[in-house]
Amino acid sequence: MNFFILSLIKTGIVALALLTTLAYLQWIERKVLAHIQLRPGPYRVGPHGLLQPLADVIKLVTKEGLLPPQAHTFAYLLAPILAVSISLIAIVVIPFGPQVTIFGVTTNLGLTDLNIGVLFVLAMSSLGVYGVALGGWASNSKYPLIGALRSSAQMISYELPLAMAIVAPLLIMNTLNFRDITIAQGGYWLGFIPKWNVFAGPFPQIFSFIIFLIAAFAETNRVPFDLPEAESELVGGFHTEYSSMGFASFFMAEYANIVTVCCVGTVLFLGGWQPLWPAAYGSDLAPVAIHFGAAAMFFYHGVNASKTRMWDRFSFPVLGVVFLALGGLFLVPVLKPIMVPVFWFLAKALFLVFVFVWIRGTLPRFRYDQLMRFAWTFLFPVAVVNLLVTSFLVAVMSK
Amino acid sequence: MQGLLFLTFAAIAVICAINLVLQTHPISSALSLIGVMGSLAVLYLLLGGEFIAAVQLIVYAGAIMVLFIFVIMLLNAGAEKRPTRKVLATWISLPLLFTFVALAAVLIGSQVPRTEAVTFGGFAGGTTLSVGRALFTQYLLPFEITSILILIAILGAVVLARKEI
Amino acid sequence: MDIPLSLPAAVPLSWFLILSAILFMLGVAGFLLRRNIITVFMSIELMLNAVNLTFVTFSYRLQKVDGHIYSFFVMVVAAAEAAVGLAIILTVFKNRSTLEIDEVNSMKL
Repeated sequence: MNFFILSLIKTGIVALALLTTLAYLQWIERKVLAHIQLRPGPYRVGPHGLLQPLADVIKLVTKEGLLPPQAHTFAYLLAPILAVSISLIAIVVIPFGPQVTIFGVTTNLGLTDLNIGVLFVLAMSSLGVYGVALGGWASNSKYPLIGALRSSAQMISYELPLAMAIVAPLLIMNTLNFRDITIAQGGYWLGFIPKWNVFAGPFPQIFSFIIFLIAAFAETNRVPFDLPEAESELVGGFHTEYSSMGFASFFMAEYANIVTVCCVGTVLFLGGWQPLWPAAYGSDLAPVAIHFGAAAMFFYHGVNASKTRMWDRFSFPVLGVVFLALGGLFLVPVLKPIMVPVFWFLAKALFLVFVFVWIRGTLPRFRYDQLMRFAWTFLFPVAVVNLLVTSFLVAVMSK
Repeated sequence: MQGLLFLTFAAIAVICAINLVLQTHPISSALSLIGVMGSLAVLYLLLGGEFIAAVQLIVYAGAIMVLFIFVIMLLNAGAEKRPTRKVLATWISLPLLFTFVALAAVLIGSQVPRTEAVTFGGFAGGTTLSVGRALFTQYLLPFEITSILILIAILGAVVLARKEI
Repeated sequence: MDIPLSLPAAVPLSWFLILSAILFMLGVAGFLLRRNIITVFMSIELMLNAVNLTFVTFSYRLQKVDGHIYSFFVMVVAAAEAAVGLAIILTVFKNRSTLEIDEVNSMKL
């Protein structure tokens, strides 16, 4: 098929999936945070709050979009556009699955196959500072300005340990292409330990992974590094003066950054779409088992519905049947080569997203000077030492 | 397709550069310069310089221009007032510059014939591998000296921007 | 040099060099005609970018990677120069409270 048509179709699918994921990421975050804090979370809008993101989208879109009279208009309007487009575009280099053949069309499951994929992601994270800095400055008001300066200084400071932590496994992989990195992490030692970079020799990249995660928290302005946008400190930080679509854009940009950073971490450290144990031992049945287990749970809770929610007797079995069908889809031989790798990739990436939300619910936040001191006096030297040890071992072992 | 890409991004680069010279507020000039750098990155990709394109975005557009924008925000000097430069300067300098550009164009056109063309993929030696190999074997001394230069620049910037006590 | 009547499939090399010349001249114009010191500095960066384009173009023409290396060093030196230059601008602003180069015209504070 024509390359352009194919790319357009893939882009449409990925864009749709990504935007839906961004909306429901907010639902996941609110639910997980709520259950950590022993409360139900969004519950009323749709079953178990599942339509809450839709309600939020409708609310944000129909709100009045303000243009403060003291704001520098061009930068004020440009900042959210810049923030959301740069954070969304970084997903194009991530591979979701191997090369598959659907209806006679052979294609890679992933939007592009750049030879400088890692550098592209680093470039987009460097450019992501502009949305924050311009948004805060253009609002021409003290809380956004302080929030923007702090946030952009934090993002720039943590780009360095992030880059060092990304470079360390690249010394072992010898390529900047995300697809080649994922393919090189296939295979198993002793028949069952996956050859992911976290376990790989000559130096297991577990330290790089931890440094990457910490730097990723700071890059995306998440707890424990979210002082620049904490409500109790700076009202809203750099997005105080924004409302309606501007605020929605910054919100989407933050979640898109989280998704991007988790996908990059999955590909670089956790093996991308490679399954956890070999297919010979039945790892192809893991998604089926999970879906059937979810269906069984729905059936059980549908039969034993609580008194206050008697409509669960009807809705839950329907959902159970839906999950049975989804699990069955993983067994269809035509769809299996596509769905199983994408399942493993999504499982790992969503696990990292869950770690992000989990830490948000658990840890208090750093003060700003503690944050900067941590970056420059601890994390950056540790990342450099990690890089030196890795490169020394790679040079010695490759003799 | 490549001609369309080149013309689009060359036009964006020239328009942003003219905007940089004409805008009164430094922030607008800085944003125009970022636009120039972005379109130049695409042109580097067309010339087969994939590593240089990525480094342009990371270093130039992502670090140096952020430094510029920080300083402009910090100083907060605002837009330039009505320029009182001599009308004579504008009326002589602009035609002179146009003449220089035209002369340069004619000279370049005569030296580099139109048959020499750039196709995407015509130069495969701009990969990270070849740049890295050349950087660490043939150009090792300039590389090390440049790292010392950056260290000197860091020390100088820290000393200069310190608060006077 | 004739004006092309249709979009070329392969872009002539001289067009890259002419674009570089245009950007360089615009940088010179900004450097000479602007009065805000930061805009003058940005015009210098524009000139450096134009030179980078020339280096990469000739690297394509000679089919060697050396032009990319020179371009890389130009970028690194531009970064160092931007850091020190902006620190100097900050100091000048602190002492004279102005960013116009016409008013920084005597050594006496």
